[in-house]
Amino acid sequence: MAAEIKAPAYRQFSIAPAIQPGSMADTKTFVANEKIQEAIGFPPALVDDWHDRAIAKMGELLSKYRSFKVYMDACVHCGACSDKCHYFIGTADPKNMPVARQDLMRSVYRRYFTIPGKLFPKLVGARDLTREVLDEWYNYFHQCSECRRCSVFCPYGIDTAEITMAAREILNSIGYGQKYSNEIIGKVHKIGNNLGLPGPALTDTLEGLEEDVKEATGIDVRFPIDVKGAEVLLITPSADFFAEPHIDSLIGYAKVFHAAGISWTLSSKASEAGNFGMFIGNYQQLREIAMRVREAALDLGVKRVVVGECGHAWRVAYSFWNTLTGVGSGAADPYAMQLQKQLDHRYKQPMHICEVTWDLIERKVIRLDKEANDKHIITYHDSCNVARGSGMGDVFGGQFDIPRNIIRAAANNYVEMAEGTTREQTFCCGGGGGLLTDDLLDLRVKGALPRMEALHNVTETHGVNFMATICAICKAQFTKVLPYYGFDRRTVGGVHQLVSNAIRLGDK
Amino acid sequence: MTMTTLFAALFYLAALLFSVGLIYRIRDYARTPAPLVIPTTPAPRTVGGVAMRMAREVFFFESLFKGNLWTWAFGWLFHVGLALVLLRHLRYFIDPVWDWVIFIQPFGIYAGLVMVAGLAGLWARRIFVDRVRFISTPSDHLMLALIIAIALSGLFMKFVSHTDVIAVKNFFIGLLHFNLQALPSDGILYAHLSMIATLMIIFPFSKLLHAPGLFFSPSRNQADNSRDKRHLSAWAAKLESGK
Repeated sequence: MAAEIKAPAYRQFSIAPAIQPGSMADTKTFVANEKIQEAIGFPPALVDDWHDRAIAKMGELLSKYRSFKVYMDACVHCGACSDKCHYFIGTADPKNMPVARQDLMRSVYRRYFTIPGKLFPKLVGARDLTREVLDEWYNYFHQCSECRRCSVFCPYGIDTAEITMAAREILNSIGYGQKYSNEIIGKVHKIGNNLGLPGPALTDTLEGLEEDVKEATGIDVRFPIDVKGAEVLLITPSADFFAEPHIDSLIGYAKVFHAAGISWTLSSKASEAGNFGMFIGNYQQLREIAMRVREAALDLGVKRVVVGECGHAWRVAYSFWNTLTGVGSGAADPYAMQLQKQLDHRYKQPMHICEVTWDLIERKVIRLDKEANDKHIITYHDSCNVARGSGMGDVFGGQFDIPRNIIRAAANNYVEMAEGTTREQTFCCGGGGGLLTDDLLDLRVKGALPRMEALHNVTETHGVNFMATICAICKAQFTKVLPYYGFDRRTVGGVHQLVSNAIRLGDK
Repeated sequence: MTMTTLFAALFYLAALLFSVGLIYRIRDYARTPAPLVIPTTPAPRTVGGVAMRMAREVFFFESLFKGNLWTWAFGWLFHVGLALVLLRHLRYFIDPVWDWVIFIQPFGIYAGLVMVAGLAGLWARRIFVDRVRFISTPSDHLMLALIIAIALSGLFMKFVSHTDVIAVKNFFIGLLHFNLQALPSDGILYAHLSMIATLMIIFPFSKLLHAPGLFFSPSRNQADNSRDKRHLSAWAAKLESGK
């Protein structure tokens, strides 16, 4: 671990590396301490009867999640997924092949829950849940970013993310949680956002932004917070409030609302779009974190809920919020109706900021000067949770086309990266799924390899100098990792950063 | 006559375990809730679209085609060959034999050869590709060996040493009517039949569950309509009423 972290060399051909068993066996993300665990209701440390409780928890999850149950049974070891994971491509550790990662869990499932595994464990690759196996779970289920790329290629749609989530849920239930994710979940509950930015600091930041934008443009663009009766409640990742380059996209959203004359507000209660409850596979946390958004929407009496540039948050919002909080449409139960009556269903609920912006561009409500982005030659990185876990607009694949349409409307120079690395086959940035922590930096650098190769190719052939994306984790990960591959860290930025550069504010 | 009784008992047992085991599994899958909407997107927005997506998976192995061309080619050839061979074998269970079953008889023979070729290709990948070798368990190899042996013993009876197919048919029709008829005493036939019975028995307990599993895979069988339709499982709804 003490060794210097270095980017792996680009591959000559985009083929899978020869396997190097055990090469990442010792990579272990920091374990959550007692305080972190107890703050969110998990046992403080590994419990004495961890074996029995882990197996019991596994049985419970098998009865509650059809995905987990079917995916434990259905795999035939065909190997179609084996070369699809960015962490395998970057590390060559065969246990980072999706199927092998699943088998860490499946081997135990077979031993305790199937007849052949009970009778002939060796024959079917079944294993007892020993301390070694448990540690292996911890290490390798924290080398999966839950990006679902493997599920695209599996003939049965087996989604390793579902198994990683189940594994983390089991580990948490016996007191063996990850520091990074669990600490962040604690902060969301205590302070309201992942970065632990308290309300007053947030207000200060937003006031500062208003001054900055006034100075740069001469126009009073507002960054409102906790405004009752606003039309739009914007839920955005807290990184947007102060991290670079995230903040430039926040400025972009504000300018879009300003130019379109839409009243909007942020919420100090729900000052975070991210929902790490998904990363740890805990339904209760997922729901409680999502519930803040429901409460904020009801408190503020807004007509629309819009989500900023954040990948997994958009998956949770698009695919799960209606289930968790009743924010969408199509419900008959009083609980969901309470919120749905308040919202304006001429608009999809929730809506992605890109859907809002693209609609305004199409209707010519806002106008963009493409020349403002002429210094950029732009490519677009599809974020995994947007690409494979959600949608946008009303058309198949809208989550790919809408952000690209916005970029093309906001800039003159746009280049696609190689096929097989974009759209539904996009590669994870290497930092998603609760792995965006410095104690996993080596893994993050290696996991970025396939994306860096694709970016490198378009910089060589087309002089690309800007990679736009709509995910706070992608932005943070690339900012950190790009220099290891010889790129300027400012190569990455948001789609609304480009909109911000190009939008006409004053004379519309 | 003792072998006839033995095989009759074996097939009744195999049929029972196969059907009861499979029904149990399918009911178990169907009853296990899927609490969240998790189709691998982009996904169809409608039920009709999902049916189309599923049909492409079942008949053309669409995802595998995107994943690995070699595995797709060998796997698809094997499954198509197997399907034809199974249909060809219908003639042992129905009387009079339907016209289309008569029509496919010659194709069924080639299908048997194609099936073996596909299986051999899959096995070669298991042995020679380091990634696939790493994930293979003994049972993965045995499963391939078993199905290849079933196919080869069947082809052997077709091309080398014929068995009395009329008597075989009488045996199986007899089984269906609980009226025991003598099975020809033929070593290859015994081998062929006992391996088939073995395959039927292990089906509901093994990775052969990928067949029903595909239909219950939420990443494939769910429509992408989460913003328009509230999806709530029974256990998740309980959390709400507790509020």
